[in-house]
Amino acid sequence: MVTMDNYKDGETEWCPGCGNFNILEAVKRSLVDLGKEPREVLMVSGIGQSGKLPHYLKCNTFNSLHGRTLPPATGAKVANPELTVIAVGGDGDSYGEGGNHFIHAIRRNPDITLIAHDNQIYGLTKGQASPTSELGMKTKVQTHGVLHTPFNPLAVAISLDCPFVARGFAGDVDHLSSLLSQAISHKGFSLVDVLQPCVTFNKLNTYKWYHDRVYKMEDDGHDPANRIAAFEKALEWGDRIPTGVFYKRDSEPFESKLEVLKKGPLTGKQYDFAKLDSVFENFS
Amino acid sequence: MTFCLGVISGGIIIVDINIKIGGEAGQGIQTIGLVLSRTFVRDGFYVYGNQFYLSRVRGGHNYFHIRVSDHPVYALDEKIDVLVALDNQTIPEHIEEVKEGFVLADESIVRDNVDEKIVSVPFTEIAKDVSGKKLFSNTVAVGAVFGLLCYDLSTLKKFLSETFKRKGDEVVEKNIKAAQAGYDYVKNGKFEGICNYNLSPQPTNRRILINGNDSVGVGALAAGVQFLSAYPMTPSTGVMTRVAAHADDFNAVVEQAEDEIAAINMAIGASFAGVRAMTTTSGGGFCLMTEGLGLSGITETPIVIFLGQRPGPATGLPTMTEQGDLNFVLHAAQGEFPRCVLAPRTAKDAFNQTRRAFDIADKYQIPVLILSDQHLADGLFTYEMFDTSGLKINRHLLEDRAVGSDYQRYTITESGISPRAIPGQNGALVVADSDEHNESGHIDQTTGNRIRMNEKRLRKVDGLTDEMQMPAIHGIDGADISLIGWGSTYGPLAEAVEILNRDEVSINLIHFSDIYPFSHDTVSLLDGLNTTICVENNATGQFARLLRAELGFEVSKKMLRYDGLPFTPQSVIRELKGMGVI
Ligand SMILES: Cc1ncc(C[n+]2csc(CCOP(=O)(O)OP(=O)(O)O)c2C)c(N)n1
Ligand code: SF4
Ligand SMILES: [Mg+2]
Repeated sequence: MVTMDNYKDGETEWCPGCGNFNILEAVKRSLVDLGKEPREVLMVSGIGQSGKLPHYLKCNTFNSLHGRTLPPATGAKVANPELTVIAVGGDGDSYGEGGNHFIHAIRRNPDITLIAHDNQIYGLTKGQASPTSELGMKTKVQTHGVLHTPFNPLAVAISLDCPFVARGFAGDVDHLSSLLSQAISHKGFSLVDVLQPCVTFNKLNTYKWYHDRVYKMEDDGHDPANRIAAFEKALEWGDRIPTGVFYKRDSEPFESKLEVLKKGPLTGKQYDFAKLDSVFENFS
Repeated sequence: MTFCLGVISGGIIIVDINIKIGGEAGQGIQTIGLVLSRTFVRDGFYVYGNQFYLSRVRGGHNYFHIRVSDHPVYALDEKIDVLVALDNQTIPEHIEEVKEGFVLADESIVRDNVDEKIVSVPFTEIAKDVSGKKLFSNTVAVGAVFGLLCYDLSTLKKFLSETFKRKGDEVVEKNIKAAQAGYDYVKNGKFEGICNYNLSPQPTNRRILINGNDSVGVGALAAGVQFLSAYPMTPSTGVMTRVAAHADDFNAVVEQAEDEIAAINMAIGASFAGVRAMTTTSGGGFCLMTEGLGLSGITETPIVIFLGQRPGPATGLPTMTEQGDLNFVLHAAQGEFPRCVLAPRTAKDAFNQTRRAFDIADKYQIPVLILSDQHLADGLFTYEMFDTSGLKINRHLLEDRAVGSDYQRYTITESGISPRAIPGQNGALVVADSDEHNESGHIDQTTGNRIRMNEKRLRKVDGLTDEMQMPAIHGIDGADISLIGWGSTYGPLAEAVEILNRDEVSINLIHFSDIYPFSHDTVSLLDGLNTTICVENNATGQFARLLRAELGFEVSKKMLRYDGLPFTPQSVIRELKGMGVI
């Protein structure tokens, strides 16, 4: 049986009180709940405080470049669909540097789960604005406050008909781990945007700030099958901030649509040199 | 008037015909060129061909040039025997090249026979008359070329039947009629009886006509590529298309990525998970890939990158040729890590070097670059069918029984190569990191670890260097003059040397296909040369600079061409004369 001990690894480098600890805990719980063996799991992370998460976990890991979690995760999933592939990145990673991949990964729809640690700040580079930072928030770079409209990952994902779209809060590990389990089990691309307090650099979006605002949509009777309602929920941000599953639908993942993968994973396939002769026919 | 198609050498007539077809994009010059080429190849001739086109789908002056010979040829000749003009620009641009040959021009271009070497043929009218459609005018043109050469039509007819079989008997019939009508019009017209040379089919083994890009694609399939992600960019796209055409049969996935950054990173992810993976691009796309190149370097994830060069910087000349990206591929990405650069000379070399690229990438767990260019990408070469009987694939992976739960991805070894397992293999956990990491693959920022890991990675260069091949030597030994070249210039340079050797000029060619690192004995070979002339398709002599930087070897002179066109044997000889060395 898989237990929490199976996933124990390493000393962490996060600030005490950082929301990342709770996300790590939620990830572990969810993998244990799903009965996944560490060898079945591949975590692909980016660069940022969030990108370090797989190092504190025992599983296959590819800690890639800043912004580039989704492309290698997609390549690995196609090569070996038997792996449970989870991409982990920050808000800068996922929505800024990797914004183009975010859009196209949703369109492509591989069966991977993206956990976006959304602390509304660049943590690792010490406190610059991120794509989700609040308008007007001052930083050492944004000295006159953030001037750009915040990126709305959930609304974008829903508009692209992403098969599973959810928001969790690092301050509620039980709820978050249940969302992660649903996301990982759901076929197709799943987005879990996680509100993550950065206690060191984000003095605006604190635990208290989030606690005062978040509520669970399921308590309000939100129907995740309703895409329009999901979109409306995604636009809600202010005194009340919805968490839970915004939207889900059934979909056929990218790799399942690939003809060659119907015969099983690409890895370990036999090779037939005789087939080259028919290729050369094209040139004679 | 006589019409001699070749030179007489020791009593044997050597066939050497150059045919150029000029027209606008969309007029079918490529179809005409390919049909002519394939017919000659089936009849036992050797064809070398290339195309010169502008970056547009319609209009503009483009041309397709083929050379037909009864011995292997790897370059074009500047003298044209048959010029087919489908647009107004062909005659003014190329008439000077037609020394002793003829021009077949569409009647709409030249109505009266103003020049005795111009044969005006109503390609479109004939097509409409015999087949009812303008569409068949290309086939009329092919027939007309054969009429001018008094060349037997039976292979062409067979070829047309096979090619159009799928479209039904009527289409086959109409094509054959169109070819015959073009043939008759020219053969029985103004120049009746001019062909004094009887060009007849030569029975032979089955041969293939293949270009550089297709050869890379087939080489990748032969190497067991299973994942190719790329973003289209001329002149590299043909590789992606070739692999895609056969992907289902070879258990391979071809994915068009959203950009080149995604392309290389996806391929790296697939490779990490255990399959052979590649990406294809041109210089502009490679600019976007450079961080991924370093990711392959530090995570020691094998990857093959195909780069078809075109003149830069930025968008440059999209459809022309240059060897301007050598410095860039050697130095791309921050930091220091081993890489390998191979620059194939010919289509066959491209097949072999691509297979080798995958083997080297797997063996040393490094990025390997295949550096081609438009000249090789589009260059059509004739060969005996490639022998695929001895091919093998070695993935250089750990066997299952050697993988335990204590597996460490970056074990320090003497060779620098850490035994490689793939995620999940026999229960192994594989951890890779773009941060500096320790043997287990986890982030480690301590200085001692940095030194150990850096040295481990760089030690791989020793084994890699042992594996590199020496340059090819062509022409006489101990020559007074040695041309030094690399990559796609082989064909024109080798022929220039042959021509000059026949004229008793003391010259040879030292030609590199393994570019980086150099094999151990290169410097002693170079030190034994007399006057050296480094010949490159770029403006600054990047290879000459590499020889100096890596080997401390200074070439005597440089011959550089950077107008977007490839060298020809004749242009090389002219330049050598201009330099006063011959
Ligand atoms: C190509 C590139 N550009 C910039 C950086 C520097 N960098 C590292 S992490 C980061 C932003 C981190 O913010 P986020 O992705 O939100 O992650 P967090 O640290 O907040 O979890 C930046 C700009 C980098 N590593 N690579
Ligand atoms: S800087 Fe912020 S995000 Fe990074 S560890 Fe500290 S609290 Fe967490
Ligand atoms: Mg962040």
